[in-house]
Amino acid sequence: MSSHAHAGGSTVHAPMAEPSGFIRKYIFSVDHKVIGIQYFLLALTAVVVGIVLSLLMRFHLVWPNATLPFVSGGQMSQEQYLALVTMHGTIMVFFVLTTAPQGGFGNYFLPIQIGAPDMAFPRLNMLSFWVTFLAFVCILAAFVVPGGAPISGWTGYTPLSGLGEITGPGEGWGQTMWIVSISLFCLASLLGALNFIATTIDLRAPGMSLMRMPLTVWGWFVTAILGLLAFGVLLAGGILLLLDRSANTSFFIPAGIVVNDQLQTLHSGGSPLLWQHLFWFFGHPEVYIAILPGMGVASHVLSTFARKPVYGYRAMAYAICAIGFLGFMVWGHHMFVSGMSPYSGFAFSVLTMSIGVPSAIKTFNWLGTLWGGQIQFKSPMLFALGFVSLFVSGGLSGLFLAQPAVDNMLHATYYVVAHFHLVMGVAAIFGIFAATYFWFPKMFGRMMNEPLGKIHFWFTFVGAYCIFMPMHFIGIAGGIRRYADASAVGFLAHLQPVHEFMTIAAFITGAAQLLFLFNFFYSLKFGPKASKNPWNATTLEWDTDSPPPIDNFGGHYPSVYRGPYEFSVPGAADDFIPQWVEPSQVARVK
Amino acid sequence: MPGTIVTEEIELIPSDRGPGGGGFSGNGGDGGDGGDSSGATRVPQRAYITGMFIALAGILMFFMAFVSAYIVRKDMPNSAWVPLQVPRILWLNTLLLIASSFTLARAHSRFSAKDDEGFRHWWATTTFLGIFFVAGQILAWRQLAAQGIFLATNPSSSFFYVFTGAHGAHLLGGILALLYVQFRATRKVARGTAIEVVSMYWHFMDGLWVFLFLLLYLGR
Repeated sequence: MSSHAHAGGSTVHAPMAEPSGFIRKYIFSVDHKVIGIQYFLLALTAVVVGIVLSLLMRFHLVWPNATLPFVSGGQMSQEQYLALVTMHGTIMVFFVLTTAPQGGFGNYFLPIQIGAPDMAFPRLNMLSFWVTFLAFVCILAAFVVPGGAPISGWTGYTPLSGLGEITGPGEGWGQTMWIVSISLFCLASLLGALNFIATTIDLRAPGMSLMRMPLTVWGWFVTAILGLLAFGVLLAGGILLLLDRSANTSFFIPAGIVVNDQLQTLHSGGSPLLWQHLFWFFGHPEVYIAILPGMGVASHVLSTFARKPVYGYRAMAYAICAIGFLGFMVWGHHMFVSGMSPYSGFAFSVLTMSIGVPSAIKTFNWLGTLWGGQIQFKSPMLFALGFVSLFVSGGLSGLFLAQPAVDNMLHATYYVVAHFHLVMGVAAIFGIFAATYFWFPKMFGRMMNEPLGKIHFWFTFVGAYCIFMPMHFIGIAGGIRRYADASAVGFLAHLQPVHEFMTIAAFITGAAQLLFLFNFFYSLKFGPKASKNPWNATTLEWDTDSPPPIDNFGGHYPSVYRGPYEFSVPGAADDFIPQWVEPSQVARVK
Repeated sequence: MPGTIVTEEIELIPSDRGPGGGGFSGNGGDGGDGGDSSGATRVPQRAYITGMFIALAGILMFFMAFVSAYIVRKDMPNSAWVPLQVPRILWLNTLLLIASSFTLARAHSRFSAKDDEGFRHWWATTTFLGIFFVAGQILAWRQLAAQGIFLATNPSSSFFYVFTGAHGAHLLGGILALLYVQFRATRKVARGTAIEVVSMYWHFMDGLWVFLFLLLYLGR
């Protein structure tokens, strides 16, 4: 069963037949490229929902007494505001930041970039997507079940999330739907992670050693390992929480809880902190699940448009691994104020700050990659640069929050909200945008509009800073993150104009995303045709047609002869040498 | 340098299906493949072994989350914990499951010796032992229920039902896989892989149960 890549070139087979019929081809497809686009479109839908929710929140913070046509009773209640907070966070973290970079771009490009015809287990891949889809339907259903959406935040802290309807309107059916949705999402992500890891280990093309993998592949690979080890823990927590709610067990609910003057007698002895430990053991790796693929994309795009090899490729790959490894040991920093022992707090603090080391390695190597490069400011490059900027701005505040003494002050304030939105939210979104502008020609065979992309970048970049930088000041002043109406709090009233500024910035930035949506759908139909390799890039996805055929390389299978970022090699005629070009075929300067 | 080739061959054979079929002649899915008579293998067989290793790591994390919750919850101040008298039948069940690992190993070696008859015999024995184990677990549940000990009676009983339930569900999956290999996996190469992968899963579930049993028995 062997057909070796012989010395002269790559293996050739007859091209594969495409499935006929709409359903096999586009709905229940086992083609990783179709599944990747399905994940991407799911995330695109989710991000629209998430943005609308956040704009409603921003609106309410500034005009809490406004009459809204779609709210029963006219004015938004505090519970409805908390439902917005919960659903915004849940949808954005799970169905956008986890789904788009990993499920979307990872699915589409990991097999192509390692020279494989598909994922290792294509049917399992299809199953992962459809379970994710089901999870998304469940979370949306939380809006329409009796009582509406849950109010316990994306972290679902117990006992609020464990006692049922008595703790709030959305805590009955809505919270149950939330748990079911998250559990399904965990299951789907576990199946997906399995596929990513097995594919990377066993399906690489001849010559694609680990240290020749593009950094994007490193990002997806390590992210999959994090997902594999983290999602099972949240799934277990979700099952226990569901039992607490529906079978009256006492895993997380202590005795003697009084809600609305009623003593809750069904539970005793449970530990709310146990839920926090299980949740954050998943939750901290989760933030790296969101950001590591973005780091990979940023490295990839910076190198391509600076026309320079990634500075310190090995260090970059090791730094991704180090971040992933350390990510499992720092969950306690979300719980500094939970009454944890100062010794534990100190350990978590030191470990957390040590993540600054690999993060700094990455940042300086990005700068090193740019240094002296022939930089081309194309849309993907702008977003990759934006990623680096936002990662630094958001990451630095993490060093403050990593210290228990400082965190005691800042915990549950807007400072934390500003921190994680910059470093994990917007930075990851910039990674997604960079990936979209970069790979759109490969995925859809057409180019996106450059001027529109640049306008979109500047509005989004400046807008994101206008929204989230002032938020730090509100946090330092003591602004509590989940208050529905800060204008009613005396010591915060004078900061209301800051909230107004942020809300206006949010609406402008939100509107700028319409430019992206227009550009995306317009280019899909009317964009200029893309060539095989429009960016003169070096990795395997640019060795095939745009869009790639069903088996990725049209019956021909690439061999790999060099590292992924051979730009501006001295003595070479072109300023890039692709991974698939044989050494004897490389054109030299005459 | 192509000299540093790490991976071996990835064979791709064009789909030779009739009209209406199509896509990959893929063996996607769940470890054991088959049901595809084209004889084509797109994915190297070792990917299934890798996949099972990865799946077991994920499953281990899932159970360890329960285990850590058990350890934390048991020693909480005011935990209201009443140690659970583990039903006696669990000893028998445990012996059955350990025995099934031995019969499975026997089946495996029969398969390696190309003794199909012997393989089928020992493989079926393993399946029956597995079914007896699950039946025994259900019996243990019924005994507890007869004593009035239910899921929500005490945290110790909650964990007992969670551990046995989650493990039982995983073992049922293993039984289905055993049955699948017995009756469906017919292609030579894929069958060997399926046997390998299912064996890994079964031995893991056996070891996991012994651990959980010791935890429930000694750590109560």
